[in-house]
Amino acid sequence: MSQRASTAVRAGQGSDPLPGPGAPDGRVRLTLRQRLSRWDAKFSPYLYVSPFFVVFLLVGLFPLAYTAYVSLYEWNLIGGQGDYIGLENYRRVLENPYFLKSVVNTFSIFVLSSIPQIVIALALAGLLNAPLRGRSFWRMGVLVPFVVAPVAVAIIFGNLFGDRYGVFNEMLGWIGVGPIQWHVDRLASHVAIATMVNWRWTGYNALILLAAMQAVPRELYESAALDGAGRIRQFFSVTVPMIRPTLLFVIVTSTIGGLQIFAEPRLFDETMARNGGSDRQFSTVTMLVYDFGWRLRDLGKASATAWLLFLIVVAIALLNYALTRRLTGQGEKR
Amino acid sequence: MKDRPGFLAYGLLTAFLLGSLFPLYWSFLSGSRTQEEMSSSNPPLLPGGHFFDNASRVLDTVPFWKAMGNSLLVSGVTATSVVFFCTLAGFAFAKFSFRGRTTLLVFVIATMAVPTQLGVVPLFIVMSKLGWTGTMWSVMVPWLVTAFGVFFMRQYLVDAVPDELVEAARMDGCSTFRTFWNVGLPAARPAAAILWLFTFMQVWTDFFWPLIALNSDNPTLQIVLNQLQSGYFKDYSLVLAGTTLATIPLLVLFAFTGRQFVSGIMQGAVKG
Repeated sequence: MSQRASTAVRAGQGSDPLPGPGAPDGRVRLTLRQRLSRWDAKFSPYLYVSPFFVVFLLVGLFPLAYTAYVSLYEWNLIGGQGDYIGLENYRRVLENPYFLKSVVNTFSIFVLSSIPQIVIALALAGLLNAPLRGRSFWRMGVLVPFVVAPVAVAIIFGNLFGDRYGVFNEMLGWIGVGPIQWHVDRLASHVAIATMVNWRWTGYNALILLAAMQAVPRELYESAALDGAGRIRQFFSVTVPMIRPTLLFVIVTSTIGGLQIFAEPRLFDETMARNGGSDRQFSTVTMLVYDFGWRLRDLGKASATAWLLFLIVVAIALLNYALTRRLTGQGEKR
Repeated sequence: MKDRPGFLAYGLLTAFLLGSLFPLYWSFLSGSRTQEEMSSSNPPLLPGGHFFDNASRVLDTVPFWKAMGNSLLVSGVTATSVVFFCTLAGFAFAKFSFRGRTTLLVFVIATMAVPTQLGVVPLFIVMSKLGWTGTMWSVMVPWLVTAFGVFFMRQYLVDAVPDELVEAARMDGCSTFRTFWNVGLPAARPAAAILWLFTFMQVWTDFFWPLIALNSDNPTLQIVLNQLQSGYFKDYSLVLAGTTLATIPLLVLFAFTGRQFVSGIMQGAVKG
């Protein structure tokens, strides 16, 4: 017992405020220490989890609430807070023709990037799930684009998709197509930007889906094979329904990330204003937040836009969740 | 049941891999040629000998080394802080019982869905009041501890550390912090390495917030690339040499730690 207590002294020195060595009575010291230890067990855990809550309060919760507050005022980047104007900022943003255009662009880029991405990732995961030679080589290989920064991706692809000397137009020329005005044409620019997103994220999502696929019990495949299901049939009737929760997760997270796209369209732009093309043909909502706030110096409007984007993100994430559940749920019943 | 994959599978994987590597190859190729060579009607398909010329022009145009230093500092400090505080909190959630534990944990998970990127306006107002805009504080402090990190470490430590071990340490008189230090941290090492790498990469590649909070005199690498791209007349050889230079550090890191990245993602590391 006393030995344990002395360990406690040594062990506790780092964090517990213990009395000096000259405390008069051993027994009193012991109970004090016991009391300290009980206090430690009771309250220290709060201390350990508190950094997260402090930081979240400062950079998560407070800003979100404060964004709503700022959005109700005239608020200049330099001059600071002005008059209370109610929902005027929201009206101004909603009436701005570029807002609707940016929303449509954001959706268009999102759809063009997420659907092919999920389909290819699913196929890729299926390939990687086979007993391959050099497994970790392939897995690492498909992940290389993930460590390239979006800014770098945008610059490189901006060059590859060059309107005049671009490699992709060159290649299309071999089969008699084009040249396509990637930076001018609205849909073409969306395809180019979606390609960047797909390039960076497909391998990553394939690995997440692969992890889920490996957890599918082998017996299911065996009994499916006994029932005469071929490999393709097995993939759609066993694998896909079994990894449904992961598929949902991938789709919802890519929604949250995809709708906030910023670096790719901004750096794809070759005009000096960098607002998403000469006619804002590939401007996105997050770019509009930046444009209002830090170019036009109107933080009120920027906040209103940020809140509108937040609502859009939440709504689409929920919609996607419901939709995917439905679609993959049908696969399960079949 | 599953037979060995055939040529088709390897062929498709190889095609995918080539597609993944081609843009990087192209970046280096263009960065090692001159602007004239690249804009000829028959652009070359092999790297040339001008990479160092182009790179030195990059160093003349933008504060590249300063940006590299800043990126290393910001990513390194943030990743280390995230690992420490998230492991501590994750250990507390996993192994100490305290009132309100479940509620607080659910709250942590819920916050992962909040797109903090949309709080940039108030964050900017606060940072300028503190006088931190333009300094590295503004890009480090907001991400010193993350919800994802807490959750990730908690999930790992729940299984990695047996409850008996924690009880034994407490019986031996270890304080809770000592228990964390001697029992939790060593057990957390594999997951902590993964969390460190992911955070490092995320902070390194971040663009939106640094663009708002920093200025061109004291930038990070992403900001410098943005500057290069914004030149009045665009010399793509110069820009792509810079892009290659700025991408190399993460590629080197990946070459040594690719396995951790792969296993991290497969264990459920999600994008932030």
